[in-house]
Amino acid sequence: MKIYADNAATTKMSRRAIDAMLPYMEDCFGNPSSLYTIGQQANEALTDARERIAACLGCAAREITFTSGGSEADNQAIRSAAATGALRGKKHIISTAFEHHAVLHTLEQLKKEGYEVELLDVHSNGLVTAEQVAAAIRPDTCLVTVMYANNEIGTVQPIAEIGAVCRARGVTFHTDAVQAAGHLPIHVAEQNIDMLSLSAHKFHGPKGCGALYVRRGIPLRSLIEGGAQERGKRAGTENVPAIMGMAAALEDACAHLNETMPRVCALRDRLIAGISKIPHCALNGDAQQRLPGNVSFCFEGIEGESLLLLLDDRGISASSGSACTSGSLDPSHVLLAIGRVHDVAHGSLRLTIDESNTEEEIDYLISAVEEVVTYLRGMSPIWRDLQNGKRQYIL
Amino acid sequence: MALYSEKVMDHFRNPRNVGVIEDADGVGEVGNAKCGDIMKMYLKIDNGVIQDVKFETFGCGSAIASSSMATEMIKGKPVDEALHLTNKAVAEALDGLPAHKLHCSVLAEEAIKSALLDYYRKNNIPYDEAQFSEKAECSHGCCAEG
Repeated sequence: MKIYADNAATTKMSRRAIDAMLPYMEDCFGNPSSLYTIGQQANEALTDARERIAACLGCAAREITFTSGGSEADNQAIRSAAATGALRGKKHIISTAFEHHAVLHTLEQLKKEGYEVELLDVHSNGLVTAEQVAAAIRPDTCLVTVMYANNEIGTVQPIAEIGAVCRARGVTFHTDAVQAAGHLPIHVAEQNIDMLSLSAHKFHGPKGCGALYVRRGIPLRSLIEGGAQERGKRAGTENVPAIMGMAAALEDACAHLNETMPRVCALRDRLIAGISKIPHCALNGDAQQRLPGNVSFCFEGIEGESLLLLLDDRGISASSGSACTSGSLDPSHVLLAIGRVHDVAHGSLRLTIDESNTEEEIDYLISAVEEVVTYLRGMSPIWRDLQNGKRQYIL
Repeated sequence: MALYSEKVMDHFRNPRNVGVIEDADGVGEVGNAKCGDIMKMYLKIDNGVIQDVKFETFGCGSAIASSSMATEMIKGKPVDEALHLTNKAVAEALDGLPAHKLHCSVLAEEAIKSALLDYYRKNNIPYDEAQFSEKAECSHGCCAEG
């Protein structure tokens, strides 16, 4: 059995998204800035895509800027809000310890440029609260950026509440919604969101394409200088086929949310219940405030990379926050942020499923994980010490 | 290209000499759970020859493969020869390791040396201390700060 269970990393493109792209590669390939017919057709397509994406988010078409993906959107939103803040003498930025690196590394850079960055602690359940944000806001705060849903542990933050706090205090609120868009209902106006980043390949659209929503009235500065595309906010010839694929994919995802969300949540809960039966493991992140497709566990006594390799041998594509899979010496900053110690953070596993999965596949995942964890524990000196009482169980 | 060579994957999938020797003549454990890898080696030594060797490893694919390969390379060998097994030889025998995984082969070399040191000490066999340099808690620096 082959099971792709790494949808938080990327997704398989939908047929609808691929079909939406093809005409803009084969026939209507013109540059949207050109005046002749196939150029203008491409331009009209962009207008159409922008309107459809805006409709999915509850905003106006002119509030959408196309980018090369989630990372660029995050960079642009944060840098733009920071620059606007600096003009007003505001250089304090609030975020959280478990943001995506596209946010954290941009903030690191801003720190070097003289900004003060305050990262809120994340509770052990993987959530931050609006109260934490309210308490951290100062007169010189120019930006609050809190991710909509975490990419590793799947926790969904109280975005509307955080947005309301920021709106009341006059602080720009950005959310990295890369994991949420197309998977959870989003309405930027109702949720008091000023800026929002999304990425097409996380909801069955193409890679290398994303969007940034910026509420009308909030200044947006360009990161990339050049032509006047995207009303001067993002130079470079628009990736028309990808944008058409993104619009089709997002529209498709949002149109079916009412059916897919409960179905994927049920599969997720079946998977969580099954894996929870393995001794000495723990679910990472809150069980309820959670992305429909995200399952994340830490296992005592084993290391994540060997777990992934053996799951791969069983046809399962999964992910881990262990140091060995990150290419760095430390395990995932997200797992450390929720208080997992290094020893068990190395033994983490993330399975991210989608609406195409079946109960049969979920049961296969459970039995494969159980088998591999048991096997690896059998050769682990740590597991032996735990069982002999020479070492204390953490989970 | 795959992350690991076929050899690494073979030793990872079918590790040789996994287990414990209850009446081992030398036992060595190196690594640290905080860093994500621990290797434990058990040696059965008779007449200065390694008659049997077993290992237990907590770690990534290359850590398990390095342990497996290292045990194969010293099984049946005189202790003096085992003492000279280098991490480089282990990595080469595995048809190479990715650069950021070379510390796994270092750990295998250290685990064997640690087990041999235990054997020398238990049996009051004189040994050259220079061959057992004081090693850090972990071989790849992640524990340097704590």
